[in-house]
Amino acid sequence: MITIKNKKNGQGLKRAVEEISGVDISVCFQCKKCSSGCPVAKLTRSRPSEIMRQLHLGAGNELLESDLVWMCASCETCSARCPMGIDVAAVIDALRKLALARGSSKQKGNVPLFNRAFLKTVETFGRSYEIGMITAYKIGTGKLMNDTEKFPAMLKKGKIALLPPRGGDRKTVRRIFKTVKQNKGAKA
Amino acid sequence: MRYAYYPGCSAESTARDMHQSTLAVAKALGIDLVEPKGWTCCGATAGHQTDRLLAVSLPAANLTKVQDMKLDMMVNCAACYNRMKVANHEIAAHPAVRQGVREALDRDYDGSVKVRHLLEVLLEDVGLPAITKAVKRPLNGLKVACYYGCLLVRPPKILKFDDPENPTSLDRLVTAMGGTSLEWPSKVECCGGGLSLPRTDVVVELTGSIIDMAASAGADCIAVSCPMCQVNLDLRQQDINKQTGKNYQIPIVYITQLLGLCLGIGSGDLGFDKLMVPASNVLEKVHERA
Repeated sequence: MITIKNKKNGQGLKRAVEEISGVDISVCFQCKKCSSGCPVAKLTRSRPSEIMRQLHLGAGNELLESDLVWMCASCETCSARCPMGIDVAAVIDALRKLALARGSSKQKGNVPLFNRAFLKTVETFGRSYEIGMITAYKIGTGKLMNDTEKFPAMLKKGKIALLPPRGGDRKTVRRIFKTVKQNKGAKA
Repeated sequence: MRYAYYPGCSAESTARDMHQSTLAVAKALGIDLVEPKGWTCCGATAGHQTDRLLAVSLPAANLTKVQDMKLDMMVNCAACYNRMKVANHEIAAHPAVRQGVREALDRDYDGSVKVRHLLEVLLEDVGLPAITKAVKRPLNGLKVACYYGCLLVRPPKILKFDDPENPTSLDRLVTAMGGTSLEWPSKVECCGGGLSLPRTDVVVELTGSIIDMAASAGADCIAVSCPMCQVNLDLRQQDINKQTGKNYQIPIVYITQLLGLCLGIGSGDLGFDKLMVPASNVLEKVHERA
């Protein structure tokens, strides 16, 4: 069953999601094809079609706490199969952006921290740097020894580079990050 | 045949084997690959989960470099391919996005650089007859489950790569190399992609069901063309076995590694030593001794 707790500021969330994603939420007629094809729906409490319905009915910030928001693997099966051509994956991306902007609570695995760690290495070196990213992520989660048993084998096989990447056009990449940050500042 | 080859960040770490085998195969088939000088990260999943302008500008920085080379861009990593094509589409379709990118790059870009996946180059430019002719060591009926994952085929309206529900590009190549491509239901299922580190549990669950399907279909190996799929399926088999008590040992090979073997290139030059699940059954089948 779908329950809506926070109808008052809910319209803001629907409008904000539509604005960010360019999707018209109201055209969804709940065929649930997105949920049927979603690879993580069997593991999450909320499903894509439910998120669509909740948005339509005026749900508010509590929707940003849905586990699907950060368990979605961005596989885009939902968008590819929607008979109404709704880009459901773009709706989830919009919810992520709102969750970050509105300071929603951290979820298992802390995907935003992982994304930040990844993008920080890109900003610094122009290309992603796994050891830098993994270290920053592990320090951030405080679980240093999680999933490290494969590390030696991967290093030995040369599947993880020891030194940071070189040769990337760092200047252009830094300019991009700077512009994006300024842009966000202007909007806020 | 000359292309600007964008290797992508994985080429320098987890997918060195993909990079190595791509270069070897290209050389053998007379495909001339030129790396754009100073290429940078496409932003990957972290980019588009974070900010739209970032997600479009990072690929655009590379597309403009290729524009100056007056060549088409060729990509092998499915994730980079996806981000490049989506960026092109967004820039061409939305003037506001193009304006944002202009500010970020200090240069205007119209989204017009043609982006090709290696599989498209092999199938459309080289062609299957030429590939069949170049095969020196056929796959001898090796049973291959071809796995496409997400980023090669979705979003279909923008990527226009093969059939999004039942693609056959890899299968056609495998058949041309003398292998048996298997019918199986997980071709375009998701492996969990970028969740490998933050949500290993989800990736183990998803890859577990894909490996299970390939095993049921009787696969000798799974052929991929995406570094994220390769790492997730290869690296996580140990975890799957630990959790389910099964003993899967299905090698996850890049299509370029298979093709390289068939073209007579030694397995050492194709990065076979870098696979976590050894592909000795594949090497035996083509009578190669590692």
